[in-house]
Amino acid sequence: MSNEAIDLKNFKSAKKVKPLKDESELSEEEKERLKILGLDEKAKRGGEYIQVDAYPILCRKKIKGLEVLPIVYALKEFEWLQDYLWKLVSSEKDKFTQAVAEDLDNGYFIRVLPNHKLIYPVQTCLYIRTESIAQKVHNIVIVEEGAELNLITSCSVHPHIGSALHIGISEFYVKKGAKLTFTMIHMWGEGINVRPRTGILVEEGGTYISTYITLFPVKSIQTAPVCHLIGKNAKASFISIIANYPNSCIDIGGEIHLEAEETKTEIVSRSVVYGGENIARGKIIAKSSKVKGHLECQGLMLSDNGIMKAIPELDSFFYDVELTHEAAVGKIAQEEVEYLMARGLSEEEATSLIVKGFLTVKIEGLSPFLQSHIDKTLELAKLGF
Amino acid sequence: MEKLLEIKDLWVEVEGKEVLKDISLILPLGETHVIFGKNGSGKTTLLMTIMGFPVYKIKHGKIFFKGEDITELPPYERAKRGIGIMFQRPPTIRGVKLKDILISCIRENKIKIEELAHEFGFETFLDREVNKGFSGGELKKSELLQLLVQNPDLVLLDEPESGVDIENIQFIGKMIKRLLQKDIPHKPRNKSGLIITHTGFILQYIAADLGYVIMDGEIYCKGNPIEIFEGIQKYGYEGCKKCLKRYSF
Repeated sequence: MSNEAIDLKNFKSAKKVKPLKDESELSEEEKERLKILGLDEKAKRGGEYIQVDAYPILCRKKIKGLEVLPIVYALKEFEWLQDYLWKLVSSEKDKFTQAVAEDLDNGYFIRVLPNHKLIYPVQTCLYIRTESIAQKVHNIVIVEEGAELNLITSCSVHPHIGSALHIGISEFYVKKGAKLTFTMIHMWGEGINVRPRTGILVEEGGTYISTYITLFPVKSIQTAPVCHLIGKNAKASFISIIANYPNSCIDIGGEIHLEAEETKTEIVSRSVVYGGENIARGKIIAKSSKVKGHLECQGLMLSDNGIMKAIPELDSFFYDVELTHEAAVGKIAQEEVEYLMARGLSEEEATSLIVKGFLTVKIEGLSPFLQSHIDKTLELAKLGF
Repeated sequence: MEKLLEIKDLWVEVEGKEVLKDISLILPLGETHVIFGKNGSGKTTLLMTIMGFPVYKIKHGKIFFKGEDITELPPYERAKRGIGIMFQRPPTIRGVKLKDILISCIRENKIKIEELAHEFGFETFLDREVNKGFSGGELKKSELLQLLVQNPDLVLLDEPESGVDIENIQFIGKMIKRLLQKDIPHKPRNKSGLIITHTGFILQYIAADLGYVIMDGEIYCKGNPIEIFEGIQKYGYEGCKKCLKRYSF
């Protein structure tokens, strides 16, 4: 569904929904669903934030050097936070950003204090539980100088919701020598439209690694995060792992501005198309000399009733740069299927294993914990025909 | 003599071209047979047809395995019944680790993948993408390790020595011996093998029971595999044509 086709008037305000007291009011079915995405009470976490519709139901930090707050509260508490609000994403960008600017539901504020390298991840969850609402959130994450944060977001909806809209504004600040690993594992629904609007700023020697995984049906996702690498040796990686189902449109881009010497980036997308429309965009802009960027879009078509578009773009304003891209769209090789069938796998099992392999991306800098979490999600997604 | 595999009057086409003509053979339980033949003679087609790959179209004839007609069965059903194949040029499958395949193809729970990989010095390959960047010898070891885990009753080996250096041939010979239970000489064997060889090197490591020569899609002769191989070395396959001791049932 295109941005124009989404009429915001068709969605109720999330604020009109009666808030839950805490997560114990979620049904077992909902808890199971969230567990698949990583929301597990047994998992070790440095902090947590769970928001249902418009209201936070859990917000806590378990370690020193970390601040986790609902954004509405943080904006009241910290005047200085205004310096970070709507600075990387313009409130005037489109009707979705305007809607959030006019009527913010909530969102999370996370800050890691200087030189605190958090061992355990911080888990957030933005959950839609009520039919036909628009959930409008604004998130700000600041990783101060020399600090490190693994942030996992598990966004989802109630399993029986027919229609809803999620708009998420995210502004991420990675200060000098800091590292932010941002892993999104999402499970939307067949009638859900999702419009994230994200801006990232990485200072000298900072690292930003973003992994976006959506392996379950969704009506539409359209997003194109913009990342500015403004300091020498700053790095950014965008990885997206997508399964695109019939009647679904997933348009995921990424725009990285290399604005200082020795900055480096990589955009990798892997899409499996069972149907619907998948667009993998990537844009790297060299605004300084001595920069490197690589863009890789790979699509696997499993149906004649789907559309896959790979749109890579490289712009350079300097001669001393190294920008490369590769894009490939194709089907599963029959010889690979037959090879596995000779080992006793049915055609469906063979295809599923090949698809999982295709979607397995070795993510440099990702902790073994997160890598195994992603691998587990691939297992649970039951990919195949 | 219990027949593990029986092929009757088999005619096979590949992309409209007749490749195998009137092939009949019997492979008894516990025996290993060797197939000799020039490139393009139909050797690989025979193995691929026994495994059931759809591009090899059976125009006439039947294949029986353990007495069951498997002519129409897909490859995975044949694998489940106990047929395993070593590919000459196995494909690379991006992102799929050797271990993923080993876990998927295991037929008996008693097989311990790590132990087996360790025994054949292949444990560091378990987490590698299958066949990606493997040398000739490593490809063969990977294939044989998969077969050892699969533990088939009928082993189809397509030129197991091709692209392997002398040092590794010995190692591969050891793995094949294990597969065919030839490392336990005094016990009755219940594994059988059908091996294609171009160079005959593998005969130094595997005591085969019977040899065949395939020429232009037909079985020309059968007999002692060493004698056949020596004949081929001396007179070439042209000598087989002149020999006129053609084999027929």
